[in-house]
Amino acid sequence: MTTELKCHKGIGPRVEGVALVADDNFSARYDLDRINGVFSRPQHKLVGQSYVDRILVLNTSKGGVASAWMLHEMKSRGICPKAILFNSANTILAQGAALADLTMCDRFEDGDVTQLIATGDELIVDPEAGLVTIVAKA
Amino acid sequence: MRLTDEEQAMLAGDMGEAKRWALDHQIKVGGMFDAADLVPVSQAHMMVDPESVGDAGVSFLENLADHGARVAIPMITDPRGVDLNYYRPLGQTEEMADLDRRTIAACEKMGILMTNTCVNYQTIMPPVLGDHVAYGDTGVVIYSNSVCGARSNFEGGPSALAAGLTGRTPRYGLHLEENRQATRRFVVRAQPKGLTDWGVLGAVAGKMAGSYWEVPVIEGLDAVPTSDEAKHMGAAMASFGSTPLFHLAGITPEAKNLSDVGGDKLAAEDITEDDLETLRSGFGGKGDKVDVVVFAAPQLSLVEMQTLAGLCAGRRFKSPVIVCTSPQVYADATRMGIVETLEATGAKVLEGTCFYNQYAREIGEANGWTRLLSNSAKIVNILGGYGYEPALASMEECVASAIKGEIV
Repeated sequence: MTTELKCHKGIGPRVEGVALVADDNFSARYDLDRINGVFSRPQHKLVGQSYVDRILVLNTSKGGVASAWMLHEMKSRGICPKAILFNSANTILAQGAALADLTMCDRFEDGDVTQLIATGDELIVDPEAGLVTIVAKA
Repeated sequence: MRLTDEEQAMLAGDMGEAKRWALDHQIKVGGMFDAADLVPVSQAHMMVDPESVGDAGVSFLENLADHGARVAIPMITDPRGVDLNYYRPLGQTEEMADLDRRTIAACEKMGILMTNTCVNYQTIMPPVLGDHVAYGDTGVVIYSNSVCGARSNFEGGPSALAAGLTGRTPRYGLHLEENRQATRRFVVRAQPKGLTDWGVLGAVAGKMAGSYWEVPVIEGLDAVPTSDEAKHMGAAMASFGSTPLFHLAGITPEAKNLSDVGGDKLAAEDITEDDLETLRSGFGGKGDKVDVVVFAAPQLSLVEMQTLAGLCAGRRFKSPVIVCTSPQVYADATRMGIVETLEATGAKVLEGTCFYNQYAREIGEANGWTRLLSNSAKIVNILGGYGYEPALASMEECVASAIKGEIV
């Protein structure tokens, strides 16, 4: 059975993929080893895990203005998440998603997206419609 | 989004490919944040260090410049990733320097002023109350919003560039008066003394606020912070909390009274000495070995440079010491003999960079630096993600530790 989650209008193309979820935040500069495509900050709940081609589901985006360039740079090398879903995105990462044409959505009507979606869930993300569909539970 | 005739022409490509890209970018971003229109801005400030921009970003900039892109308003830059006069000794590569050279050439071609500073509000042209601007660097934005009363969101590099090219930015977030009201009310129960304390207070407030969309109002301060103290406070708050604006009741321009920002309607939450000590205790302790001592994040003002030089004049450092300042301050500090005093101790003063955005991971690996000591609450927060074990101490303790080679 599929579940539809309504969110705010987002950025980027419609994508399908597998979720990687944590009740934690996201900073492209400080949380990631961008060369190897893994979370690297020791305190991060996803430390050691690969984010490549996953749909990341996290609480909010944090930190530096540099992240805006980094999504574009990560995507140019293909070592990049497929999409990022937040409870609340900050402006920088949304700007970065616009440059990189990376799919990003936030503000889910049914509550905390890090609880609504579990790691391993298969998702379809449609930013224009503001809709995330869980097509298969993990 | 409502567009003027001129903006419609930009979007249609009538004013060139660069402006078409810029306006299209602003519509995408504005759409996500429900902007009704674009607001004219007086300045743009872009973070464009090569570590984050990468080869893909530099090629993007070169392509825009080759298509005749030219900024429409005064546009300045954040610190660079390489001090082109001093990079090989740090273990930085020719490839990094080349990326930086290409970035500089592309930006200059577009008419961007290469100020290379994150303290432009102390050195270039501070914004004024009610001034709409498009600033990059979270520390610049939070200071300009909070202390100067400017209106800016965190503008990532591409969005700052888009604003520079169109002279506008989407009207959302902190460009709207209603989003500048306080949402959290903190009462300080332990008075900060010195730059690091102000940074720690900012860090705690940022951690408690915890989101771009929260605005803390802080009361209970006995003293008005200096520009440098407010700088450290803001930079740490933005780093720990993604916070873009704070008010200090009775001090900052939008909060002459607590009620001006709606603080009187909010429940008061204490920030105690215990809260500050809990934050400090996460970063190093006495007796720990020190691999490198860094003064940066934000770049040092002329006053900080003078203070630091006064503390270490005539001493000799056992640990490597790096000091980052802006090209504007560097020129003055050189002329006044401050750089010479600092470097006679064995320290190195870098011009136009800031340690954390100059390939800090690679520099650490090249030099075997893990245990980093700084007086910046911001830098100790962020370098944990780059393989460092950062420790925090006051400027005085950092100097004493660098002389001894361990945290005193």
